[in-house]
This record gives sequence, structure tokens and C-alpha cells, in this order.
Amino acid sequence: MNSEERHIFSVLVENRFGVLARVAGLFSGRGFNIDSLNVAETHDKGISHITLVTHGDAQIIDQIYQHLNRLIDVIEVTDLSTGTHVERELVLIKVAIDDPQKRTEVLQVAEVFRGRVIDMKPASLVLEITGDEGKLKAAIDIFNTYGILELSRTGKVAMLRGSEK
Amino acid sequence: MELSGAQILIEGLKREGVEYIFGVNGGAAMPIFDALYSEPDIKLIPMRHEQGASHAADGYARVTGDVGVALATSGPGATNLVTGIATAYMDSIPMVAITGQVFTHYIGSDAFQECDVIGVTRPICKHSYLIKSNNEIADVVAEAFHIAKTGKPGPVIIDIAKDAQIHETLFQYPESVDIRGYKPQIHGDPAQIAKAAELIKEAKRPMLYAGGGVVLANASEELRKLTFNTQIPITVTLMGLGAFPETHPLAMEMPGMHGSCCANYAFTDADLVVAIGARFDDRVTGDLSKFAPNAKKIHIDIDASCIGKNVPVDVPIVGDAKSVLTELNKLVGPTDIDPWRAQIQEWKQKYPFEYEQKGDKVMPQYVIEQIYKHYSDAIVVADVGQHQMWAAQYFKFTEPRQWLNSGGLGTMGFSLPAAIGAQLGCPDKTVVNINGDGSYIMTIQELVPAVTMKLPLKVFIINNMYLGMVRQWQELFHGKRYSAVDYHDNPDFALLAEAFGATGLRVEHPEDVEPALQKAKGINEGPVVIDFIVDEEENVFPMVPAGAGLGDVIRGLS
Ligand SMILES: Cc1ncc(C[n+]2csc(CCOP(=O)(O)OP(=O)(O)O)c2C)c(N)n1
Ligand SMILES: [Mg+2]
Repeated sequence: MNSEERHIFSVLVENRFGVLARVAGLFSGRGFNIDSLNVAETHDKGISHITLVTHGDAQIIDQIYQHLNRLIDVIEVTDLSTGTHVERELVLIKVAIDDPQKRTEVLQVAEVFRGRVIDMKPASLVLEITGDEGKLKAAIDIFNTYGILELSRTGKVAMLRGSEK
Repeated sequence: MELSGAQILIEGLKREGVEYIFGVNGGAAMPIFDALYSEPDIKLIPMRHEQGASHAADGYARVTGDVGVALATSGPGATNLVTGIATAYMDSIPMVAITGQVFTHYIGSDAFQECDVIGVTRPICKHSYLIKSNNEIADVVAEAFHIAKTGKPGPVIIDIAKDAQIHETLFQYPESVDIRGYKPQIHGDPAQIAKAAELIKEAKRPMLYAGGGVVLANASEELRKLTFNTQIPITVTLMGLGAFPETHPLAMEMPGMHGSCCANYAFTDADLVVAIGARFDDRVTGDLSKFAPNAKKIHIDIDASCIGKNVPVDVPIVGDAKSVLTELNKLVGPTDIDPWRAQIQEWKQKYPFEYEQKGDKVMPQYVIEQIYKHYSDAIVVADVGQHQMWAAQYFKFTEPRQWLNSGGLGTMGFSLPAAIGAQLGCPDKTVVNINGDGSYIMTIQELVPAVTMKLPLKVFIINNMYLGMVRQWQELFHGKRYSAVDYHDNPDFALLAEAFGATGLRVEHPEDVEPALQKAKGINEGPVVIDFIVDEEENVFPMVPAGAGLGDVIRGLS
């Protein structure tokens, strides 16, 4: 068995209906995994940017790269893992608050992660935290000890650093 | 001038040089059929089943190299096309399949005869378009043809809502097509080609392994040049047969599961394999861990995703076979490999394709030999099963596009409709359809348009009264438990042919084979069907059992 690696693909695609199905279908049809997927328009309305996190051995990663490239609606594929890149993910966490003491603590912890409070109710509050994978994992682990009611993350967005493109 | 969407579609097809459209009519495609009714430049061929339409378009494309066009209505019409689309996809055949779709305001409402054709066909086509506005039609047609025939060819689907077919707008056809996400790589990397040339010079036991890609790229000339210049032995796959003349001393014939022992032993012993437009299919390689274990591999393919998919490759070259071979030919010359060539000749002589005559039975291999003797220049369209393998083994193909078969998907029922397309594409050639009793009856209805058009097809049925290939596996691997393969209850195909309005002949004795084939030569006012009643339990050998290595080929007789 070859060792499995995580790769982040940055994929520019035509902003048309059905494109996401083609990309997703490529994975489901071949039994490749998608760990996370983020799609949105770019500054050019005709182009969408997909950030796709996947894993597999070198041969599978190569196949994913080639098959993405083969799709007619795919304009450009970059395997970000081969260069230095920046990545961010945003998570919304709803934390249970049953007493004022706990609220203070949660707010202090949020501060440490540079989280922002975006909603507050008597029994809960919603935090927004941005960061890389490690930071989000640390934050989620801690808030878990207070009781997470709901959690939603965007999936990674990523791009190569300045000089590399 | 304003034209309806349907008329714009037809005008676009004319710009693309379309001669024939194979189709079956129905509600959501009626405006298109209506536009074709008064169209002198495109001939509409009404088939009897949409599967037949897609196979006929495919057969036309295989013999001409041009894009074949199939047309069907929405829902069931479209789903009936699917098998033919998948067949074309697996063999990289340029095709455009047009389907009518329900009115835009009904799309997504489970309307009558609505089917998400784009969804259904997504994994079996090169690309697809859903057209909801007539303004898109001209551009989409131009793009669809461009995509279907360039790069690695394949089927493209155009699904057009009925209102887009009806509404009128200005017709403007694009002068050129530029798709930013689609730029097939034609020329191979010169450094890689130079590396390949080095390996070829150094090799002591090299072999060429050419596939259907050579035929698709029209690179047969260049392949021959490479072989003649280097004098390296060559094996051509089921999909490539005819790319190199099998009658030539350097030809090792087809490799793989039912290929020649020579080609399979050569793979096992070679120190260099040069793959050209071939994809190391599992039916060729057998057990991958035992495949060409001592060989370096050069892989020339237009499709980067094909390289290194099954077998690790030392020198990958992405590019069009014609272009890459032209460059490679400039760098290579005669090779110094006499002992290897002698070894190949020895295997060739020792292990030819052979069979045993059983009593006074008509042996299927004998029928193929006689077909070859009497129709050696014909285009041969085979179906799927034992007869397909015997045809590949015993007919010696010498020209590209002379041999048509569904190698990738292995679609039973392919051959009769594909033969219709082939005959229309090559009206001056004799088209021989080698069929099986099981395969034939899957699309037998297409005899109707063949009769109507008076196509002089030679339909030769190798009738073993079984789904023979499956029966062979049952005999060898399932203790002769012949589950659901007995076709003795089939109708009399000769009588049935007559009922269709074709000529029907039945042959039950070896001495009647040649006279019947001779007689068929003289029948050119329509199809002739010869039902060859052959030995029922003959098996195809050699055979590499599934999961075994090529070196473990079961030779059969010797
Ligand atoms: C549409 C389809 N269904 C089933 C199969 C599986 N299959 C492969 S070969 C074969 C037997 C074909 O029988 P026949 O046409 O009589 O040819 P023979 O092998 O007897 O020469 C079958 C059923 C197939 N390839 N295609
Ligand atoms: Mg049979």
C-alpha cells in the first residue's frame, strides 16, 4: 500500500449549471473521496472557484488531477499541495450557555481564538471563527467541553502565495 | 432572416457536414423531425429503435472518421439511446446525440416523458448541453462537434427543450470555436520523444503495442513506418485491428484474453513495450502483477488520464498518435534484435490460431476463414461473444477502419445497426456483419431500414444456439451449469429474414459454407442473411483465464 496524502485542489470552472455535478460525479463514479468542497463565484461572474480537499495515494491524486482537467467546463486545476499556499476556513459554533459564569468563560475562550460573537440569546451564543485546520480543530475541541449545540463550517478555501502564479 | 430553433439546429448540422441523421420520432423532438422533412441536404434514416439509431451513428463514425448523429425524443427515446452513447464513449467514437426535451416550464416537474438526460448520461459522454433558449443553439452545435471530434473523440449530448426548437430567432453560426477549458494537447514533448527513441535503440526485446487510438488518430501510416523502419514486432489490440496488416511477418496479432500466444508471451518476455493509443485494458494485460514484468514502458496517448492508470509508465508522452509517431520516426532506425525476432517467429509458427474439425459439424472458425477468403476486402462489423473473438482471430485485417466492434463496453446488439451506418458511410464497400444468435436478436428490428434502403449487407450469423461466450465460462468455471444461455428456442433466422423482406439462407453442412458465401456475393438488392448452424459447444482458445497472467495462457490444442 502506498501512503495516503491529503491534497487541496484549486479548480477554476465555468459558472454554469451542472458543473458541480460533473465534478462531484467524477469522484463518486470512481470511488474517490471528497473531504471538503467549497464553491463560489469569483470576481469574474463567468468563473467559479472550487476548493476541493481530498486524499489518496500518489496514483489516485494524479488521476483526480487528470480527470478534473479532462472536464470541458474546468478551466484550470492547481494542486496547491505542491506549492506553498494559504488556506482558511470559517466555522459557526452555537454554544450552550446555562449560567452567566459559563458565558464569561466562553467569551474569554472565543477571544483567544479571535472569534466573534454574531448572535447572543439567553441560553446560547453563536461564534464565528476563522483559521486553518489546526486552529479550528483546537477551538472545536475546547467548545465541545462547554456543549456545542450546532456547528457549520464552510470547507476550506485556499490559494497559492503571491509569487507562485 | 429568423429561423425556428429546429431550423437553426439543422443549419448548424449542415455547416458541420452532416450527411445522415439516425433517429426515431416522438413528441418532444417533432419540430426537429419536421424541419428535416423538407431538408434536401441531410438524409434522415428512421431506425426501428433508438439504440439502433445510436449504434448506426456510431458505425457511420467508425468507418468515416466523421461525427455520427443520432436523434431521439425525450424520456424513453433518450434512455433508449443510452446504450449506444455508452458504447461510443467506451471506444472514443465521435458522435453527437440530439434529444428533444419537454417544454422549459415543465422541466423538473416530472412532466410526461421527462427524463434528466444530462444527469443520466453524465458519466458516459464527453460533454453535454441542455438548451433552454434558441439563442444558444448555433453556438452549442459548433462546440459539440468540435468537442466530439477533437482530442480524444467521444459522444456529446445536446438536449433541447421543445420551446427552444419552436421559437424563432436570428441564425448566426460561429466562425470558430474557442473553449477556454478545452485545449487538447496534440504535440508530444520533444524531450520525452527523444527519451523514447533512446529506449528503443537500447532495447534487446522491444515490442510495439498499438490500440484503437492509432485508428482514431488516422496514424496507421505512421505506425507502419515505425514498424518497418525499426523492424520491431508489433501486436495490435482488438480495437486497433487493421492499423497494421496482420498478414505481415512482424505482426504478432491480437494480445490478451483471447489473443495470440505469441503476443502474450512477447509481453511476458519483452524488455520494452511501446504502447501507442492503447490503454492497458484488463482484457489485454491479465493479472497486472505479472504483466510485462521485465519491460520498460513508453506510453503515447492523447488522454493524460489514461497514462499510468493501470500500469506504471517510464516514458509518458501525451499527444496525438499521428503527431508523436511522425516525430519519433525521425529519431529511430533499424534495431539490432535478431535473436528476439527469431524467438517471435518461433512462437508464431508454433502457436497459430487453430481448431479441430469435429465430425461433419460446421466449425465456427471455418466459417470465419471462409468469410475471410471470400470477403477479404470487406468492412467487417462484429457483435459481441465468441463469434467476435473468432472473427478477430481468423479474419486477417489489413486496413484501419476495416474492423468495427464494441470492444470497450461489449454491447450485444451493436453490429447490425452499426453495419447500416457503415454501409451508408462507405457505399462502395462490401459490409459484412458477423453476428451471434444471441446478439442478432437484440437489435434484429433494424433489418427493416436495411431492407427499405436496399442496403446490400451480408449478415452472417454464427449460430451456436447459445449465448456462447457465457456458456463457455459456465463450462469452464461453473461446472457446466448452463443457466439462461440456451437459445435453441430462437426462431429460424433464414425464414425470419424472408419475412423481413431480406434474403435468408440456412447452412448446416461444411460443404455448403462456400457456395452460400458465393451466392450472397450476388445478392445486392438488399440484405442477405445466412444462418450458419455451427458446432454448439466449441470454445474460444487461446484463453487467459480471468485473474491469470498472460504467460499462463491456455493454448487449447497444442
Ligand atoms: C447487452 C449485453 N448483455 C449481456 C452481455 C453478456 N454477454 C457477453 S457475450 C454474450 C453471449 C453472446 O451470445 P451470441 O451473440 O450468441 O454470441 P456467441 O458468444 O454465442 O458467439 C453475453 C450474453 C453483453 N455483452 N451485452
Ligand atoms: Mg451464440
